[in-house]
Amino acid sequence: MTTQDQAVQSYAPGEHPDLPAPMLTSGPLFWIKENLFSSWLNVVLTVLTMLLLWAVIPPLLSWAFVDSVFTAADRNECRELGSGACWAFISERFTFFIYAFYPAGERWRVNLAFILMILALVPLLYDKTPYRKYGLIYACFFPVLAYWLLLGGFGLKEVETHTFGGVMLNLVIGVTGIACSLPIGILLALGRQSNMPVVRMLCVVFIEFFRGVPLITILFVASTMLSYFLPPGSEFDLLLRVLIMVTLFSAAYMAEVVRGGLQAIPKGQYEASDSMGLKYWQSMRLIVLPQALKISIPGIVNTFIGLFKDTTLVLIIGLLDLLGLGRSALADSKWNGLSTEIYMSVAIFFFICCFGMSRYSLYLERKLETGHAR
Amino acid sequence: MAAVETSESAVKSSIDTASEPIIRMTGVHKWYGQFHVLKNINLNVQPRERIVICGPSGSGKSTMIRCINRLEEHQQGEIVVDGVEMTGNLKNIEAVRSEVGMVFQHFNLFPHMSILDNCTYGPIWVRHMPKKEAEDRAMHYLERVRIPEQANKFPGQLSGGQQQRVAIARSLCMDPKIMLFDEPTSALDPEMIKEVLETMVELAETGMTMLCVTHEMGFARTVADRVIFMDFGQIIEENEPNEFFSNAQNERTQLFLSQILH
Repeated sequence: MTTQDQAVQSYAPGEHPDLPAPMLTSGPLFWIKENLFSSWLNVVLTVLTMLLLWAVIPPLLSWAFVDSVFTAADRNECRELGSGACWAFISERFTFFIYAFYPAGERWRVNLAFILMILALVPLLYDKTPYRKYGLIYACFFPVLAYWLLLGGFGLKEVETHTFGGVMLNLVIGVTGIACSLPIGILLALGRQSNMPVVRMLCVVFIEFFRGVPLITILFVASTMLSYFLPPGSEFDLLLRVLIMVTLFSAAYMAEVVRGGLQAIPKGQYEASDSMGLKYWQSMRLIVLPQALKISIPGIVNTFIGLFKDTTLVLIIGLLDLLGLGRSALADSKWNGLSTEIYMSVAIFFFICCFGMSRYSLYLERKLETGHAR
Repeated sequence: MAAVETSESAVKSSIDTASEPIIRMTGVHKWYGQFHVLKNINLNVQPRERIVICGPSGSGKSTMIRCINRLEEHQQGEIVVDGVEMTGNLKNIEAVRSEVGMVFQHFNLFPHMSILDNCTYGPIWVRHMPKKEAEDRAMHYLERVRIPEQANKFPGQLSGGQQQRVAIARSLCMDPKIMLFDEPTSALDPEMIKEVLETMVELAETGMTMLCVTHEMGFARTVADRVIFMDFGQIIEENEPNEFFSNAQNERTQLFLSQILH
């Protein structure tokens, strides 16, 4: 049968067979044509990009993996063994970068706290976790556990917070900030929309103050000024002050992100939940916040990522986080001039954490999608 | 004709005019800022009575029924619903709201919950009903509005008419004494209007006290005990439907009817 015959041949309604789509209108070839070579400009851009990647990627790979040195006693030995990156420096300092000055014999506590944190995160982040209810209850108690494990007391040897540093310090500040700033931010956002003028005023003043002052200034206040305001002789841990300030700072940002979400909720949703007789907190918890937070996910995660990266700013008031330790390690005469390796490792650590958060937020957005439009 | 009369007399006899009205509005005034929306509204609604409220847009009819469950606040006069006076007292407002169902023009279903959850959240959280019982009740009412098979879908996946029927079922799950309808069909396509109206007619046949703001005059003719015409924030005219449509007294009413009845 020729093609012409097929064109002429007629079918009863609904009887026409599904024919395969013509070549170059679907499949990988189509994708390449459509996305890489659809116009002359596109062809030029594709070729330029290829050239750029070719110029950058192979040298980077050979620097990082092929010509690199993983074990050496010092910089000079590295030089002799290979022309690429000297990862030996990083691997020698690895445990130091993670635990910093935490007493060597007690480091299992940090590890345990980290594992327990992962265990708390799983039921929190995945709603299909088996026995999720118990997991969530456990997650509520995790902060107490972590506090006890990291600081000691009640049978464990006490550890001073000034020994905290490195990756561990970043995680402590980041996780505490993230966990506390979201609820505080939500309360502030609701307060800013409150009918009660006093509550509204307080929230507005708080938010505007903390958003209007740079985090570094706030950290300086935490490290020096606060002792002027506190009664003389009162001991107030520096790390605790930093935690409070970082939390309040990001809570102010969080409040504005959540407020954006709240404003996107149509008035009809409030009216429907009101007309059912739901109380204010019920309608917020069941109806308004689930929708508002869903809309705000990109902004919330944005704030989380910003907060996590800002944990490096504690360097300024003398706390040695990962970046701080890296910088101080550069002064080691045995390993002179290896700043690229240090900064790249720090960058990779932060990138993995932040990229993970970003991917999770995308997953969450897809999961919460319940059909088009409201 | 005779059949109509008997059914009407049956309807009339079901209303106990001597009993205490379930809604009593006396001298109600409301302002939006300087704008005087409701002017001296006096309205008594008996239990089991069905009232249709019509009037041009901006006449205050939606505002009036929204005052009944205090989605809008009135500034003067008295509104008593089921023996409770509507004041700023939050406890009273919540109590009345749980007894008064409301159906909105734009459905206002909760888009992040399944249809079933939409129907069970009120009974569970306001009436503290066990989940199983609330779900049985929800399925009962979803069957009554003829969409039980959609129970596990989300509102965004339903047509407008289906969403509005879910909204009616959601209100019924609270076992209300009064149902308020705020232009329930004006956001719907013509073919969907019919299915929603049928549901409302069936509801009327069960003896529910209903106040409907609507322009569906056919509906008013079949089910209403009383039709109220509002304009300029006032009740201009009220009458039983046959009289209202065939023998309107006020000039404004006649003009309005001539415009919508073609």
